[in-house]
Amino acid sequence: MEQGPAGGSAAAAAAAGTGGLLLPLSESEQQRYSELFSRCCPPPEAAAGGSSVGELFRASQLPPDTLHQITEVCGAKRVGYFGPAQFYIALKLIAAAQSGFPVRIESIKNELPLPRFMALKNDSEVRYGTSAELHGVKFQVPHATLEKNSYKRTDEGDKQEPKSPPMSPICSPPASPSTYQRIPLNYGYGKSRSELDQQQGAPYEVRHSTHQQDGPSSGYYGAKPALASSTLSRSLSVEREQQDSSTHYSDDPWRITDEQRDYYINQFRSLQPDLNSFISGSVAKNFFTKSRLPIPELSHIWELSDVDCDGALTLPEFCAAFHLVVARKNGYQLPETLPETLLPEYLQAASLKPMHDCALFDSYSESLPGSQQTQDFSRTEKSSTEEIPDNSALLQDAKKDNKQVLKVSTALKMIPKEFQHLTVKTAAQESNALKARPRSRSYSSTSIEDAMKKGEEPPTPPPRPQKSHSRASSLDLNKIFQQNTQAVRSGWLPPPPPALPPRPSVSQTEQVSEVELHPQMSRPPSQAEENSSAKKEVILAQPPSKPARRKLRTETQGLETPELSPTISVTSSLPAVKPHLPVQKQSSKQKRAIQTAIRKNKEANAVLARLNSELQQQLKEVHKERIALETQLEQLRPVTVL
Amino acid sequence: VLVSIICSPPQNYPLYIRSIPTENELKFHYTVHTSLDVVDEKISAMGKALVDQRELYLGLLYPTEDYKVYGYVTNSKVKFVMVVDSSNTALRDNEIRSMFRKLHNSYTDIMCNPFYNPGDRIHSRAFDNMVNSMMMQVC
Repeated sequence: MEQGPAGGSAAAAAAAGTGGLLLPLSESEQQRYSELFSRCCPPPEAAAGGSSVGELFRASQLPPDTLHQITEVCGAKRVGYFGPAQFYIALKLIAAAQSGFPVRIESIKNELPLPRFMALKNDSEVRYGTSAELHGVKFQVPHATLEKNSYKRTDEGDKQEPKSPPMSPICSPPASPSTYQRIPLNYGYGKSRSELDQQQGAPYEVRHSTHQQDGPSSGYYGAKPALASSTLSRSLSVEREQQDSSTHYSDDPWRITDEQRDYYINQFRSLQPDLNSFISGSVAKNFFTKSRLPIPELSHIWELSDVDCDGALTLPEFCAAFHLVVARKNGYQLPETLPETLLPEYLQAASLKPMHDCALFDSYSESLPGSQQTQDFSRTEKSSTEEIPDNSALLQDAKKDNKQVLKVSTALKMIPKEFQHLTVKTAAQESNALKARPRSRSYSSTSIEDAMKKGEEPPTPPPRPQKSHSRASSLDLNKIFQQNTQAVRSGWLPPPPPALPPRPSVSQTEQVSEVELHPQMSRPPSQAEENSSAKKEVILAQPPSKPARRKLRTETQGLETPELSPTISVTSSLPAVKPHLPVQKQSSKQKRAIQTAIRKNKEANAVLARLNSELQQQLKEVHKERIALETQLEQLRPVTVL
Repeated sequence: VLVSIICSPPQNYPLYIRSIPTENELKFHYTVHTSLDVVDEKISAMGKALVDQRELYLGLLYPTEDYKVYGYVTNSKVKFVMVVDSSNTALRDNEIRSMFRKLHNSYTDIMCNPFYNPGDRIHSRAFDNMVNSMMMQVC
């Protein structure tokens, strides 16, 4: 049988592998070892699969430290794979360890009983199991071999900017199985996952591998180097703990462990100190781009995790997204739909257990049904508003879109990071007190489109408002240019917009927007006496500058709300409402002034139109005369020639 | 037969094209391009009266091939065009409107994704699924 010669050659190889150390194997030992070896190493490969070996070792029920030692001693670490020699030595060492001998080469020279492996399944299962495991859990020994590499690299990485992560430890796991086991990273992982159900060893390896990846991934996210230097034995022991404590968990790689959750929460905190609030889309984009996954994949991950599609990530959404990134880095194929265990509701419920913070609990439970309700509400509301052919609401939506998107874009430069998310969301909350997040989603989404469009016609920048400006004052171009140069930082070209409305115009919707629009229109009349051509320019500038009004609004709102509402709570609309009242009186006066300005403007328009038509008439008449003269000339010319 | 296309401003190149059945796509591309001109015309004619949410084209019926082309424009001039077979008389106006609304919603969901750059082709799987299911419903 092939086991005999295989055993013989293996014994010789074992002898060679130990550098001349003859490894006496008894008959029974040889048989057993070769059987085990063939089990772990489906022919015709010469090296045993790391994962199956690992499983086998664990089945020996030795402590992980010992197993680690054994792998070192047998030379597998050195050579990087479990050849027959290493395997046999390892088995011998296991036997020695089980008999109570220290793990050393010398100890295996003795006569030893056969190593005992608990819970060894029969061949068919094991083979089935190994093939399944090989799909999912290839990182077992690659991690062992890469430990040193990851140490070095994370050290270097720490010295570098946190943003430029050492990616090779991350990249290698998918690569090494191909060199190592010659089994490709199989996308049939979904099938094998179910197979893994039956195996207890697998889930912990999975979790171990994700945990292991958390280590290097923390290094590359610029966080704790300590995590990155976890050793194989430590992670094995961690596995053991997990094994003991969480036996009810299935092998689900989409389930977030407590450790991972804590890690994600810390990362969330680094981006956004308030755990109840959101991370805006751009911040999250920068963060996840650091993971160097390709953009389409990141895009897909976002789609999966941003369940309410609002362009921002809450804590559970963030955890889900992060977990997906980690999983993808580990080589798992992204699912088409979000797995159950990563749903925000699930994550929020699950997060309640480890967190003993009652306040957090309350806020979560509040926000969760609240968001769900409002989501439903908004869906119906949204559909109803769309059906009504009343575009004013939608117009205002578009206005608010601009606010939010520009808030995100400009605020990134002007307002400190912690503010951004708050201001985005508090502004959203404030302006949409009754309306739900998906409604604001529609704002933000169309606002991006609007921004896109505005990018094409030269948009006016959001100049900073100044209290000193009263609308009735005449246009001061110099002042405007100065303001514009401030705002040009955001990189947009100005045709000079008209002067700004006064700052405290935080009152909502139509009134405000009208107030905004009217001052623009009042500008031209003041200029009309001076220069009609300039007026036309300004009129032309009006449509593009209309969005500027709203951008302006955004900033004023944004700047004011953090000042006004010290508490960073979701329901910040209340304190923000109060300053609206005194403003409204002012705005009504302004409104009257504006309306008179409008009338004047219209009259001027009418006059000009009349003038225009008259001039056109004259032009036509002149043309006719000219034509008549020319024909006459033609008629006369032949006569004179003759 | 059903074709849906999304085109973005300002050059009106298509961001997304999906047709059922999948042959004759080129013909539909051509149809859509011609219909885009009509859309633009309608938009500009609107002028001050700001953009109506939906527009219906029942006018684009060619004598040889009878199919109807429906258009829809968002506030930011993103155009959605749908080409439907005239033989498919079961499709009513409301259904077309609801389809456009769904398209619009999914499009805004895509926009929310910070990794999506406006003007890129749309590769979102969720979007594809939605469009497929919608079109399957009709055909």
